Amino acid sequence: MADPMKIRATLVGDATEIKVLMSHEMETGQRKDAQGAVIPAWFIQNVTVAHGGTTVLAAQWGPAVSKNPFLSFKFKGGAKGDKVTIVWTDNRGDKRTDEATIV
Amino acid sequence: MNRRRRQVLKSGSGVTLLALVAAAGWLKPGDASAQSWNKAAFDTKSMADTMKALGGGEPAQSKDIVFFQTPDIAENGAVVPVGIISNIPKTESIAVLIEKNPNMLAAVFDIPAGTEPSISTRVKMGQSSNIYALVKADGKYFVAAKDVKVTIGGCGG
Repeated sequence: MADPMKIRATLVGDATEIKVLMSHEMETGQRKDAQGAVIPAWFIQNVTVAHGGTTVLAAQWGPAVSKNPFLSFKFKGGAKGDKVTIVWTDNRGDKRTDEATIV
Repeated sequence: MNRRRRQVLKSGSGVTLLALVAAAGWLKPGDASAQSWNKAAFDTKSMADTMKALGGGEPAQSKDIVFFQTPDIAENGAVVPVGIISNIPKTESIAVLIEKNPNMLAAVFDIPAGTEPSISTRVKMGQSSNIYALVKADGKYFVAAKDVKVTIGGCGG
């Protein structure tokens, strides 16, 4: 199981700013190891951010997203104390869910 | 004798449970990773093919798409910050494409109503190239490009 995401959810005016740092190798499938064998691709494919049961952002990623991906965006409708849930799924079927409270 | 009977019973019940679970659709093989990932679009190598896979036509150039936090010169191609704001009304999704990467499409963000049409992330670039911000708004596609020079490539070694 991968390391937890670092999530920051801050209320800025009437919008909630989400900043998230995920811990993932994001292997492209283009690189070769010392023996010349291709290192298989291993990357996050889907990211979903939900607030109060509503999806506020849904992303599909390819292997071109950097290692330990960073994502930031804003949505309206959040309030202090609300929970924000972020889920990612990678191409091996691994999944990680983390939650943060809006401050 | 008794012990064997137990084992048989045990394994038997195990198999039925698995079969039941599979029949109920809880254990569809490969289902976990199949959560709406547009493989066709991520496999494409040109703008035209990507547009086809995303189901759109030729995108219109737009000055309402703005890059922010995106460098003119990226020292490390493995970590290139990209920020995109779309000022086009009814923006539904923002995609990041990198022209000279092995596969052009890097990421697609679906923007539901209530979420600001602005995202910021980090991508890998194999070499100096144009970054395209492709925005879908009200069913139409718009595009803006930014040229980013890379000093050290981030794809392959």
